[in-house]
Amino acid sequence: MALSQGVEKVLLTGTVSDSHTWNLVFLQLFLEERGVDVVNLGPCVPEELLVRRCRSDAPDLVVISSVNGHGWADGLAAVTRLRAEPDLAGLPVVIGGKLGLDGREDADRRAQLRAAGFAAVFDDADLLAFERFLTALVASPSAVAGRAA
Amino acid sequence: MTTPAGRPASPFGRFVADAADAGRLVVQPRMGFSDLRRMRAGLERTRFAAATTVGTITVDSYTRVGAHAAARRALADGVPLNGYPIVAYPAAVTRALLDGVIDDSFPVQVRHGSSQPQPIIRALAAAGLHATEGGPVSYCLPYGRAPLRESVRNWAHACELLAELAPGTAHVETFGGCLLGQLCPPGLLVAISLLEALFFVRHGVTSVSLSYAQQTDPGQDLDAVRALRRLSEEFLPAHVDRHVVLYTYMGVFPASTRGARRLLESSAELAVRAGAQRLIVKTVAEAHRIPTVEENVRALETAAATAAVTGPDTGLPATTGVYEEARTLIEAVLDLHDEPGEALYEAFRRGYLDVPYCLHPDNAGRSRSWIDDAGRLRWAAVGRMPIPMSGTSADRPAMTSTRLLSALHTVARRYDE
Repeated sequence: MALSQGVEKVLLTGTVSDSHTWNLVFLQLFLEERGVDVVNLGPCVPEELLVRRCRSDAPDLVVISSVNGHGWADGLAAVTRLRAEPDLAGLPVVIGGKLGLDGREDADRRAQLRAAGFAAVFDDADLLAFERFLTALVASPSAVAGRAA
Repeated sequence: MTTPAGRPASPFGRFVADAADAGRLVVQPRMGFSDLRRMRAGLERTRFAAATTVGTITVDSYTRVGAHAAARRALADGVPLNGYPIVAYPAAVTRALLDGVIDDSFPVQVRHGSSQPQPIIRALAAAGLHATEGGPVSYCLPYGRAPLRESVRNWAHACELLAELAPGTAHVETFGGCLLGQLCPPGLLVAISLLEALFFVRHGVTSVSLSYAQQTDPGQDLDAVRALRRLSEEFLPAHVDRHVVLYTYMGVFPASTRGARRLLESSAELAVRAGAQRLIVKTVAEAHRIPTVEENVRALETAAATAAVTGPDTGLPATTGVYEEARTLIEAVLDLHDEPGEALYEAFRRGYLDVPYCLHPDNAGRSRSWIDDAGRLRWAAVGRMPIPMSGTSADRPAMTSTRLLSALHTVARRYDE
């Protein structure tokens, strides 16, 4: 896959309150199979650590995965914190997984996450959409990277 | 500790030993509610189920991570929690909760998942309880980022605290046989379970249970439980009361009621055949949501009914190599330091213990496992662990995202068919 021309390195992370890891192990393999170098921060990542590693590891994309039902709140806090750092303003951030407790789609919350700075919000198991996003990011990185809130 | 008459001094240990002598498997649910009436009803229904049961109080996740103020706020605001906040509730409340339901014929264990368990230990002892579970490795590596060094220190203190607050009666179960729930080869599970038991004993606990979670292959599991029993005879001091507790499969559970029930029944059979004395059950709701009290009672009764018609396996020991692998790991770890906690810390630092697919910063992360065509868990990479690879390299396909998903669903698929 030609992804490596654009997205060379992904910072993959769980949210601050989520201790699940099989989702992160799976996504690491999924990304590596597409030629992407993955830094996997693991579960329960506080916002300060996320900011620090975005600086030190200089990824092309941040992928947040959450399955414990607190994804809406934790994801919102994480992206708000990242967008508050001027030097990380151009870094695209996406989120996916089981974001709510009730398992239902919520267009309002999705729009809220997009408005707060996520380049994309993925449903649980919608790997095709995630893959399409990665491909689009390679073809036209500025289309998502420079996205205004 | 055992009394001069040879009976365990811990009511929890004694109850399980008496049941085993009578040929009965003890069965136990996972259960925790912040609502006092529901928690009380759950304990009563467990006690009066048609099975030999012990009760469970599982704490909520605020209490697990030490956010006791948040738990108190939730109680004050009437917000339901996902477990019983044993630290936030005054000891008198927990005593009242237990009054009239707990006694020597119905001991209760507190389950929590915390790497900083001291407040939970103080709270359970203040309420007159003496049995809990966990471990410096098993309640640290799978669940977050707390440094292993801190968890070892906290657990040493927690064991000493419980031994002091519940003298002679303290009982602690290792969670080390359950690491990450699935895809960890049995030799490593058995080794860590045994090492955590040695750690508890070193820090003053004289009644322990050693856990093992059902994996993918009945023969390998039978071998693993027997290995755990044999190694506990070989490594634990004679005065320490001990039993083996089996967990019904903890990975992705069958979605169908029939498949879920068959998997539960297979775990009850395994427990009796292999000589485990206690079983922690799962319910038919497992794949879908947190089970109700009613579903838990049905699971306890299903497991007990299966156990009642199953006999111990007296056949020749299996030869899947679990005992040898576990013993090699245990000896390599114990050689590193006299104190088991220091030895465990050093073993993870060096990669002598390396949990496959565990992302914790203190885990080396060089080991990999897979499920072979016969359904057995095998090593695809051992990293720096001092054990041989299983099979030849030609047997070991590289792990891919598709293969990982398939492996995680192997058991569910088999039982849903």
